[in-house]
Amino acid sequence: MTLSFYVHIPYCIKRCGYCDFNTYTPSELQDGATLEIVSNDYIDAVLKELDAAPKDQVPTIFFGGGTPSLLPADDLGRVIAAIKARNGLTSDCEITLEANPDSVTKEKLERYLEVGFNRISFGMQSAKPHVLAVLDRTHNPVNVKRAVDMARAVGFKSISVDLIYGTPGESLDDWRESVQEALDLDIDHISAYALIVETGTKLAAQIKRGDLTMPDDDLMADMYLLVDEMCEERGLRWYELSNWSKPSHECRHNIAYWENKNWWGLGPGAHSHVDGKRFWNVKHPNAYKEKLFSSQSPIHESEDLTSEQKAREGIMLGIRMRDGLQISLLEPHQLELLGTYRENGYIELRDDRVLLTPVGRLIADRIVREITF
Amino acid sequence: MPAISLAKAPQPAATNPAQIRNFCIIAHIDHGKSTLADRMLGITEVVEARNMRAQYLDRMDIERERGITIKSQAVRLPWRSGLDGQEYILNMIDTPGHVDFTYEVSRSLAACEGAVLLVDCAQGIEAQTLANLYLAMENNLTIIPVLNKIDLPNAQPEKFAAELAKLIGCQPEDCLRVSGKTGDGVAELLDQIIAQIPAPKGDANAPARALIFDSVYDSYRGVVTYVRVIDGHLSPREQIQMFSTGVRHEALEVGVISPEPVASKGLGVGEVGYLITGVKDVRQSRVGDTITTYNNPTKVALAGYKDPKPMVFSGLFPLDGADFPVLREALDKLQLNDAALVYEPESSAALGFGFRCGFLGLLHMEIVRERLEREHKLNLISTAPNVVYNVIMDDGKEIRVTNPSEFPEGKVETVFEPIVKSTILAPSDFIGTIMELCQERRGILLGMDYISEDRVEIRYDLPLAEIVFDFFDQLKSRTKGYASLDYEEKGDAQGNLVKVDILLQGEAVDAFSAIVHRDKAYAYGVMMTGKLRELIPRQQFEVPIQAAIGSRIIARESIRAIRKDVLAKCYGGDISRKRKLLEKQKEGKKRMKMVGRVEVPQEAFVAALATDADIEKVKAARKAGQ
Repeated sequence: MTLSFYVHIPYCIKRCGYCDFNTYTPSELQDGATLEIVSNDYIDAVLKELDAAPKDQVPTIFFGGGTPSLLPADDLGRVIAAIKARNGLTSDCEITLEANPDSVTKEKLERYLEVGFNRISFGMQSAKPHVLAVLDRTHNPVNVKRAVDMARAVGFKSISVDLIYGTPGESLDDWRESVQEALDLDIDHISAYALIVETGTKLAAQIKRGDLTMPDDDLMADMYLLVDEMCEERGLRWYELSNWSKPSHECRHNIAYWENKNWWGLGPGAHSHVDGKRFWNVKHPNAYKEKLFSSQSPIHESEDLTSEQKAREGIMLGIRMRDGLQISLLEPHQLELLGTYRENGYIELRDDRVLLTPVGRLIADRIVREITF
Repeated sequence: MPAISLAKAPQPAATNPAQIRNFCIIAHIDHGKSTLADRMLGITEVVEARNMRAQYLDRMDIERERGITIKSQAVRLPWRSGLDGQEYILNMIDTPGHVDFTYEVSRSLAACEGAVLLVDCAQGIEAQTLANLYLAMENNLTIIPVLNKIDLPNAQPEKFAAELAKLIGCQPEDCLRVSGKTGDGVAELLDQIIAQIPAPKGDANAPARALIFDSVYDSYRGVVTYVRVIDGHLSPREQIQMFSTGVRHEALEVGVISPEPVASKGLGVGEVGYLITGVKDVRQSRVGDTITTYNNPTKVALAGYKDPKPMVFSGLFPLDGADFPVLREALDKLQLNDAALVYEPESSAALGFGFRCGFLGLLHMEIVRERLEREHKLNLISTAPNVVYNVIMDDGKEIRVTNPSEFPEGKVETVFEPIVKSTILAPSDFIGTIMELCQERRGILLGMDYISEDRVEIRYDLPLAEIVFDFFDQLKSRTKGYASLDYEEKGDAQGNLVKVDILLQGEAVDAFSAIVHRDKAYAYGVMMTGKLRELIPRQQFEVPIQAAIGSRIIARESIRAIRKDVLAKCYGGDISRKRKLLEKQKEGKKRMKMVGRVEVPQEAFVAALATDADIEKVKAARKAGQ
């Protein structure tokens, strides 16, 4: 068995209005503090946590956040080096950095490459300033092209952008322009996510007050079908519900999640999955550090999956992927339930597999709920 | 004080009928009957001041909360007349004040020689009181007109005394003035009851004859039967016999209510009290039956009552199908005490297993439902109430329809629906409004009279179905609450009626079928299809919703297929969260009912069929369950 690593960097300069991730601005963590102060001993804590992980060889490492590109390459490099030293990396180990297009420079990117990164994913979200404004994103859309070109120039072999659709005020044409612009960057990979209004966010409050209105499901669906069509046309093949890539540029780290491989999340709030057991760390960075520096486990809770839960998760995750589900793994009653979905064009059966059609992907949760839960 | 202590007062079974007065109080719901009754219990000292509580005689929570009386009560009150100084026994027989319970009123009236007509002198007489007054007059009862609440600042005793005088045919100054609240005039009222109401007459030596005027199930003692003795005598440990069935029981206990049950040596001519035989079912002690003794039975029964006939039907279904047995048990239990409640099991493709229940009217329905929910912790969906139709097929076959979904297909010759004769009392300013409403509801004007210079009595024949729908709410809102309504059955009449079915994906949903007037079928169809379009979530295919009369579609809507039901992101930490979310959503799905291939949330049924209050309740239950 191999072991993938996720490394959580829980810092942002500013919190975006729609985001409910486990991330903090420096002043939220410590009054008047700078990033250097709050992140000072963070990598030390992560390395302490690493001591508890199994020592299997590592096929992928993913630095996410937060904004990992806020931290100096040398800091992140310490984590990569430590993992390499104790576990060993596969020869084709994929090491991804999530980056804000505004916070990278040529020098920084070169340095990231030197410490081991080979894949970079930029948070582009949209090419339209009015959409970015609603999302609270600070970057200038022209910086995305600059960042992508720089990353390619310094030698990143696989470049991805994230897009968000369904922002209040975004039209289908706005979205078409954003997708077009992303594709024109000639990137290798696109993740496109429907905007989700998470409770407790600024966006949720704005919607509740009536300042913003979420688009209806029909528009969201049209946006999804549009990005799928445009990506496929440009040779980026759909391989998971919200992900498209050029051949052999699929994100292998994420595939490890979806195939229920073993993976370890380092950092506050990070989840792990090892041999059918899920566990996750205390959420707050300060509590996380405190635990580790007093030699306690940062694990907050855990669950042992029953065989039934494992099977359900298998279907829930598998059906979202290009290769779908193996028919032989489904019970006769599940296949029967799928019958009407096939008649209505939501799924197709190909060889020995059940696959979602583009319209079927849009109701994947409904289908999963019906056949598994 | 003219009160007499119970010990010294004339004793049951040993009271001369000449010393007895039996009376009831006829009043509208909030005209102060219970307060006046409380006051009578107080000044006759049958209830000690420290034990007194408001609405003493109303036993059920619902009675107290709603301020209405559902079941009759009979209380023995000793009193020394302030006029002649003699001792008397007054039996006050409580009466319900709502149109649904008219049959209970008529029972009470039959046990009395006189009635106190109690009217709030800030409001004037109401339609239902008027109906009960006429009932009392038909029974040759002596009527004592009384204006209550004379302590109120907006009291208009002169105006309403004139109104009462005109109705009864007495002089305005004959109306007594009391305040149940302060006690003013209550002693005088008791004296007048003695002076004006005749003593009961009967033959003490004849075979016993006692009229059952109520029958109540008590979980400790079994059925408690309330009787008025006409002739002869009833004693404890005697073998008694029900005249109608010949069934024999032992009178385990005989007694009077004062106002708690007190066992006595028996009951004599003219007396009112209770007896306990150990039977467990009120239907064995049928209201209106005559009780006699086994050893010396009478040959002539007393005039009984008409059996109350259910007028309004509705399906009751447990929200949780597993509660069906609980509902059955609860209904069985309620029926022990409520002979007017009828029910039979019903299954609805949409709502599962439940019961089709027959009620005396809307209030009766509401009360039964409330008791089921409150006393038996049930969560119920009730279908829209409907009346009973008689459908004559062209082959002459006659079909009785208590559930719209049973309305026959095929060639219908005629449909008969129940008609009621309704009486509306209202300020004359509202005549136009009321006539307009009654016309809309297929009413036929019978007549109109001024009962005072600015109050009018309007009489209409109306289809009961219209009243059951929302007539009363409309009447109240259009007359700012001033109008009051009473109605009585007036047989069936032919109606131009059709059944409108609601089809989901071509399949009729039984719970949504309705029998409506042909002119209103289209409006019903449009309303219902529109409502359902909003209430039913999008499915994996387009779902047409149609309203149809037979095979003819009269309205159509459609629910478009679902486009999106997926969370875009599913990474490391999302996985178990997502699994749990799907598990929870699946739970929610269990509350969906499948209609053919269409999933319909229970809320949709409730919202489409029920009142706003129901919808709120279901929402609250959902929230609590989450």
